Amino acid sequence: MAKHIASPVDPAIIPQLKAGDSVLLSGVVYTARDAAHARMLETIKNGEALPIDIRGQTIFYAGPTPAPPGRVSGAIGPTTSFRMDAFTPALLERGLQAIIGKGDRGAEVIRAIKQAGAVYFTAPAGCAAYLSKCVKSVEAVAYEDLGTESIKRLTVHDLPLMVAVDCEGNDIYELGPQAWLSGS
Amino acid sequence: MIRTIHADRIADCVAELCVEACTVLPKQVRALLGEARHNEPYAPARESLALVCENCKIAEQSRIPICQDTGMTVVIAEVGQDVHIEGGTLEDAVNRGVRRGYTEGYLRKSVVRGPFDRVNTGDNTPAALHVRLVAGDRLKLTVAPKGFGSENMSRLTMLTPADGMRGVKTFVLETVRLAGANPCPPVILGVGIGGTFEQAAMLAKEALIELREGDHPDPVIDALEKELLDEINRTGIGPQGYGGLTTALAVRIKTAPTHIAGLPVAVNVGCHATRRAEAYL
Repeated sequence: MAKHIASPVDPAIIPQLKAGDSVLLSGVVYTARDAAHARMLETIKNGEALPIDIRGQTIFYAGPTPAPPGRVSGAIGPTTSFRMDAFTPALLERGLQAIIGKGDRGAEVIRAIKQAGAVYFTAPAGCAAYLSKCVKSVEAVAYEDLGTESIKRLTVHDLPLMVAVDCEGNDIYELGPQAWLSGS
Repeated sequence: MIRTIHADRIADCVAELCVEACTVLPKQVRALLGEARHNEPYAPARESLALVCENCKIAEQSRIPICQDTGMTVVIAEVGQDVHIEGGTLEDAVNRGVRRGYTEGYLRKSVVRGPFDRVNTGDNTPAALHVRLVAGDRLKLTVAPKGFGSENMSRLTMLTPADGMRGVKTFVLETVRLAGANPCPPVILGVGIGGTFEQAAMLAKEALIELREGDHPDPVIDALEKELLDEINRTGIGPQGYGGLTTALAVRIKTAPTHIAGLPVAVNVGCHATRRAEAYL
């Protein structure tokens, strides 16, 4: 059974989330992908304030399609996470609590997740029509000139996710294939 | 007899094909997914495949994209040599079609104007256009939007003749292992073997887009496709990379004559939403 959890994710429940757990996430998440991450890191290097306060928040690596008339959101889904690996430890150090993406992370990111007591979720890839129904509101909040790559504040309801890397560093991309291969 | 086709008709057709390709998965790919779901012995993997199938239904019914990555627009134009295009160039017509399809069809604009300045062109142009001159007086247009989750995992190598079939197998399997969960498995592989450097890449792209039905006419290549699919499905990567049998849905190979010194191999990785729509004018 999937666990219902809220976003921002309460740090107190992080230890209960184990790699491979299914969760249904509801609440606020912020989209940011390649270009937004590059800008955020530039901002940090320059010693300036980030355009959103990421402390305790959830970042969703996603660039949705435009919403057609009459719909809240266009198609939305996770993009490949490893491209954000170079930027992720710095954001975790600054209080980022949860990440949603797809695909495995480098060793440095897994270490940073452990150290921060954070969690990395994956959303089903290539299921963007299905996931669009979980989005209840969309508002661009920063870097609007980036189009699909702008930072958007989403309200989501029951977004179906899996815990991919938990706060102990367990990784579904290792454990899942191992479980299947050892059982067969 | 020369047949005249107006550029506006080409633009209209491309615009429609962009929307169709992004919202309706080809029957053949849906059939492969359905079959994989039926044959998948690992319960979590079966659930992942069921969700992918459900997503395709929602996309088709609601006319919203299957995947938010509506890709860089690969367009293959097979132009009959008895066709005359009036009212503008083929390239302009194709790009006008892409611009309209992606704007009016609410598709994502994912193209940047240069590899380093990374400024979005705002309308998904230019298309990756490939033109072939063929016999006849018709024009066939194939639109195959390509997401970069899978495109980024594609690879090309120049093997030596001594590496032979074994070298090809090793390279293809290594490509799948390195890709892992990133290209949205179950994947479809287009493999190009032979030709020159650029021909191998194009053969791989064509093999992926054409997704030939039925056996390969060359029994040696047919056996290689089947062996590769079997080996890939022993890696354990599985749907979404969460483990399972179904790591690939299909492997398609195209070959070409090559140089006495060479054995180029290209692997174009496609995701489970390997999209395509085509029409004749």
